Amino acid sequence: MRIPCPHCGQRDVGEFRYGGDASKARPAHGTGDMKAWHDYYFLFDNPKGPHDEYWQHVLGCRQWFKLTRNTATNEIGEQP
Amino acid sequence: MFKPYSALALAKHALSPDRPWPRAWNSPEPKSSYDAIVIGGGGHGLATAYYLAKNHGLTNVAVLERNYIGSGNVGRNTTIIRSNYMIDGNTQFFEHSLKLWEGLSHELNFNCMVSHRGQVVLAVSPAQLDTFARRGNIMRLNGIDAELLDRGQVMKLLPYLDYSKDARWPIYGGIIQERAGTVRHDAVAWGYARAADTLGVHIIENCEVTGFVMDGDKAVGVETSRGKILAGKIGIAVAGHSSHVAKMAGLRVPIETHVLQAFVTEPVKPMVDHVISWGAELFYLSQSDKGGMVFGGHIDGFNTYTQRGQFPRIQTVAECAVSLLPLMSKLRLLRHWGGVMDMTPDGSPFIGRTERPNLYFNGGWCYQGFKATPASGWTFAHTIAHDEEHELNRAYSLDRFEKGRELDEFGIGNWTYKQ
Amino acid sequence: MTAFRRLDKGGRIDREKSVNFTYDGKSLGGFAGDTLASALLANGKTLTSRSFKYHRPRGIMSAGVEEPNGLFAINGNEPNIPATTVDLVEGLAAQSQNAWPSVDFDLMAVNSFAAPLFQTGFYYKTFMGPFKKSWMFYEPFIRRAAGIGKGSCEKDPDRYETAHEFCDVLVVGAGPAGLTTALVAGRSGARVVLVEQDLELGGQLLSETDRDFEMWRTTQVAELRSLANVTIRTRTTAQGLYDDNLVVLLQRHENHDAARGRPRQTLISLRSKAIIFATGAIERPLVFPNNDRPGVMLASALRTYLNRFAIVPLKRALIVTNNDTAYKTAFDLAEAGIAVTMADHRNVIPSDLLSRAAMLGMAMFPGTGIADVEGAKQVTRVQLAGNHSATIECDVLAMSGGWNPVVHLTSHSGIKPVYDDAIAAFVPGGYAKNHFGAGAVTGKFGFESVIKDGNAAGADAAKAAGFDKPATPVATIGAKDRAYKISPHWAPKTTGKGKAFVDFQSDVTVKDIRTAHDEGYVAVEHLKRYTTLGMGTDQGKTSNINAIGLMAELREMPISQAGTTTFRPPYTGLAVGAIAGRTVGLHFRPYRLSPLHDANKAHGATFIEAGLWMRAWYYAWAGSTPETAYIREMELVRNGVGIADISTLGKIDVQGPDAAEFLNRVYVNGFAKLPVGRARYGVMLSDDGVVLDDGTTTRIADIHYYTTTTTAQAGEVMSWFEYLLQTQWTDLKVHVTSLTDEWAGMAVSGPKSREALQLAFPDADVSNENLPYMGCLDVHLDGVRIRILRLSFSGELAYEVHVPAEYAGSLWEHVLKVAEPLGIRPYGLEALASLRIEKGHVAGLELDHRNTLDDLGLGKIAGKEKSYVGKELRFREALQAPDRWSLVGIELMEPDKKLRGGSILFSAGDEIKGHGRGYITSVTWSTELKKFIALGLYQGGLKHEGEDIICAFPLKNEQVKARIVSPHFIDREGARLNA
Repeated sequence: MRIPCPHCGQRDVGEFRYGGDASKARPAHGTGDMKAWHDYYFLFDNPKGPHDEYWQHVLGCRQWFKLTRNTATNEIGEQP
Repeated sequence: MFKPYSALALAKHALSPDRPWPRAWNSPEPKSSYDAIVIGGGGHGLATAYYLAKNHGLTNVAVLERNYIGSGNVGRNTTIIRSNYMIDGNTQFFEHSLKLWEGLSHELNFNCMVSHRGQVVLAVSPAQLDTFARRGNIMRLNGIDAELLDRGQVMKLLPYLDYSKDARWPIYGGIIQERAGTVRHDAVAWGYARAADTLGVHIIENCEVTGFVMDGDKAVGVETSRGKILAGKIGIAVAGHSSHVAKMAGLRVPIETHVLQAFVTEPVKPMVDHVISWGAELFYLSQSDKGGMVFGGHIDGFNTYTQRGQFPRIQTVAECAVSLLPLMSKLRLLRHWGGVMDMTPDGSPFIGRTERPNLYFNGGWCYQGFKATPASGWTFAHTIAHDEEHELNRAYSLDRFEKGRELDEFGIGNWTYKQ
Repeated sequence: MTAFRRLDKGGRIDREKSVNFTYDGKSLGGFAGDTLASALLANGKTLTSRSFKYHRPRGIMSAGVEEPNGLFAINGNEPNIPATTVDLVEGLAAQSQNAWPSVDFDLMAVNSFAAPLFQTGFYYKTFMGPFKKSWMFYEPFIRRAAGIGKGSCEKDPDRYETAHEFCDVLVVGAGPAGLTTALVAGRSGARVVLVEQDLELGGQLLSETDRDFEMWRTTQVAELRSLANVTIRTRTTAQGLYDDNLVVLLQRHENHDAARGRPRQTLISLRSKAIIFATGAIERPLVFPNNDRPGVMLASALRTYLNRFAIVPLKRALIVTNNDTAYKTAFDLAEAGIAVTMADHRNVIPSDLLSRAAMLGMAMFPGTGIADVEGAKQVTRVQLAGNHSATIECDVLAMSGGWNPVVHLTSHSGIKPVYDDAIAAFVPGGYAKNHFGAGAVTGKFGFESVIKDGNAAGADAAKAAGFDKPATPVATIGAKDRAYKISPHWAPKTTGKGKAFVDFQSDVTVKDIRTAHDEGYVAVEHLKRYTTLGMGTDQGKTSNINAIGLMAELREMPISQAGTTTFRPPYTGLAVGAIAGRTVGLHFRPYRLSPLHDANKAHGATFIEAGLWMRAWYYAWAGSTPETAYIREMELVRNGVGIADISTLGKIDVQGPDAAEFLNRVYVNGFAKLPVGRARYGVMLSDDGVVLDDGTTTRIADIHYYTTTTTAQAGEVMSWFEYLLQTQWTDLKVHVTSLTDEWAGMAVSGPKSREALQLAFPDADVSNENLPYMGCLDVHLDGVRIRILRLSFSGELAYEVHVPAEYAGSLWEHVLKVAEPLGIRPYGLEALASLRIEKGHVAGLELDHRNTLDDLGLGKIAGKEKSYVGKELRFREALQAPDRWSLVGIELMEPDKKLRGGSILFSAGDEIKGHGRGYITSVTWSTELKKFIALGLYQGGLKHEGEDIICAFPLKNEQVKARIVSPHFIDREGARLNA
């Protein structure tokens, strides 16, 4: 699999760190109760299909970015 | 008709080859309703159905499998069984599982080739040996076998590892659980299926669940590719696809689906007599009875339902294999494949009730589902039959994170950012 | 006995170049261009192997990678290698396998007599009794019987390389289709890579005799070789297809020599914009009784041995087929003067074939198959049955059951192959974007149509890769394709007594498949797993489709409904060493070395692996074992002054107008009010409220902080900071930069450390007033900026001296030299870790992601009012329980015994079982208290201070008495720190 880094272009997945579901909204700092944080941190939609997610080009420019990948095929779509 | 398996039956059959063996399990048409339905004809689902019938007298039970039975992870894993767990709750559960493994072939009248060949976990630093010691001490204090090995003892036991100056991480010692070992994985699915079938359980293959029939909050049946089936109780045991099925019942669960790869080489005469795990990087290997080296490493590290892996992970696993066991270099890989895992935040599973009455959940096995199969079925059957947790699965509740009751066996914290 | 001989002339072998090799120790000869298989046949070796289960005599069956029988150990360290895939080279040593004492006389063949007991699935039905663990008794016997060849425990003497390549169009396979597509794509200007597993280009053409074919082949090959944008790789197998057009190639090198750095194999990760699969097809055997006897061979293989290697049956060949292609073999043999008998399952045979056969004087038996094959060690006679019954004496029996397209690679991406009735075989079930098929893999077997389709596929692939300039198509030879006609035939027509093999290598017979069917193992995967079909080194290349056909027949359903197996990489056996390449042994993971590594070495350090780092463990001046050395090093720090390398600490520079706000958020304690020039200890949590890491942060300027992390978490914390700033708190104006590798650090510790610093930096004011505890001072020495932080991990008066990495060595030497009169010496990791235990500082063993702030006694530092990461979930019920295991100190109460890390703690009256009340994390000998002390976690923590406990270590059958004490074993008031 190759991941499109917004700075460096297509690079092998081995250069990246996966950052998880990007569709979940992290409560703003200092807000949100225990339940909001629990749901944000522990629950996942985990869809079989398009999935917004974070990646970091950790062995490259170290940029974090979002992309949409189909978890049923690993095909990467346009960046959201 | 049930025909017990034995050497004698085999000999009789050899003499009269025209009398065929009966089917291992039947293929009935689904009924319109059952007392209980187990969704998922993998190891856990079949074991659950068996123990529902055997331990709880519930025989009007169906197992619904969307493909053929054992088509998921029970037939894709690296076949290791062990009970070297140290967190209260895990220790007892996995030891119960190992005890059930010990008698399983007899229990099921199906040789699952339960091989107690011993598992050695190798420490690559003195500090790591201390953490292994903690684990071993807990095991011993719970009546589980464990022995600490120093470097010399490891060299004697596993003479083929790299002890030379070329080893990147020297081996300081290890810990061995003699009762750990391997099991012929497919046999577990077939053995449970045959035994459950004998007790009256319906095993229904090629039957995909597409939705739940709800009565208000209560689950009362399932819609399937073979029609609607009603049930008094419904258990979900579809690890890998848990989120997908749970969502049909309106549940959101603490699970992400990841792919774990496994590898097998060509068969060679016996070289490796133990299960070996390494402390430098996640790597484990054993030699199957057929002779192939069966091995694996870490998950690929991002969620996916594709049952195939990425090449960089294949390389890191091969690097581990050759670096720890130079004998692996010339052996040829014949096949590698992927299985999809339910990964949970703390690395521990779920078995229990859900917020929906009559609906029970079993999943989140991460990469330890195979060894758990018998105890998982045992406790899940109890939970379904009695609508309450067995003492062995009390810790595995779906809502444990709300209470801060994580079961972090390996001390790595939440996995999402850890690779 | 022999069934084959070599002709005096002909073939593609180079008769000028003799090659000597050994077979089971005996010297034999062959020619350059031979494979081990052809050389063995030429030497009359018909019986070459024994089968896996029954030890039946076997011979070479094929001429390619599909070979199920002819497996050998090569050069003593490579087991199970198909002779058909081994180029014959001088000195090659081939050893037969799985037979005792020899393949000719194998006592293990006794297994054959017990065959009825070894019916499929027999081991699932027996070996269970009499006891629970009886399998442990049987297993060693089963294991010894299994396994085919022997592996080698010696270190692999060969060298392997890995490489990455990129191209526009990859063509897999260099048969007619591959050559055509590669050339068309090449003519379009695309960068083409053409890979071929054989050592020559041409595929099936290499087994043809027609001069037109050879002319065509040499013409295309010549042009391909002339194109600069085409790379040709022979002896290279496309092993697997992975996501995003990654194809993994294995190239086998002819003249490998590890001593000269020449690799045996190179594993190439190739990314191509477009891929053309021109992988061809593999002939499948027919299934009939005793179809495994030596001398029974695939018809196309026999043709290859004849035309490419000039090997023929001794006198007479029988050919059995259900399709037209086997006639090519028959005609070529007849023309070479071999007596040929032809049995064809079909009643109606194309007339042109019949007339040609008649012309060549071949005996023809239409509507006829094989009832039995006789011959103990090779074929002697064959019984025909069907329209004709006859007994045919022959040396060789060649069979053709049709052709299976090599759909493996196209299936690796998850696209299932589909059954094509026209050719009675599976073809690719479609192609992913920018993937194309050409030639026999698509189910087209005629040369002209293959060229025509190849021209289109080559142009399409080039276009997909961005080269849409129309290229001249490759010319055909103007022959006329004959339609491929097959009458599929899965099961033997007659049920003779002999075993009819479906999977030769795994010894799976028709009867086994029937048994699987009887017992309900009818799903293709169940069939495979129950009978072990297709599980051998050949992965069922000749057996899987026959088995599926047979099972479909038994289930009375079309093959398309019976399903197919999943094709998994690699296509052929792939040495694990080749995948690992050079990333093994010492190169397995790069060592991380401190900038002070050489300095440490010069001062007699013994090193230890700490994660990826090599750290100075202890120094020679203090002793020759860690057990004794660290105590002297501790005494040095407690009484004088020592210097330690702490360069591995994570170091992060945090700058920007919102730097204070950022740090305030990630740490539980506040950093906004930290004065410039002061440092503060900080702890951060994960979102779940559990401790993530600790360290010190120094305010260098109003908007500039310098943060350290633990060695273990340096990478994690840096990535976490970046995550928060780049994805969540994008409004914060902060930039973080890792300085871990750019800056070195050394701890100067002990009561005399201030004097040491004064000597080292004579111009700096390091007095207590100017540089108090938790103070920071930037000094300059010879123009180099040096940062001195007054921090203490040991509990003594101590400093951390941070310096740009390139000056670390000289500064280290400078300090050691000028402070020599004070008795300064280096101290290592073991002493560092022990000094901190005496002081009660937590480290990696306590920061294991399971513990909360309160567990570690750090709850009080968290800001009550301010918000911080993890604050909300920190207060979850179980994380606030009063009886949680929390940090305590432990003192040994039995002076003649030891405390051990990993001990489980119990209260004095407890029964010693279960999970205890806690455990020991870290242990040291206390030079101050003159006893063993430890840190640990204990239920209820310091509420139990002063109570007696038992430390159990059942692994050594030890229980020792100890006492819960404060974790701050020394200087609880901090007088030394502030001195």
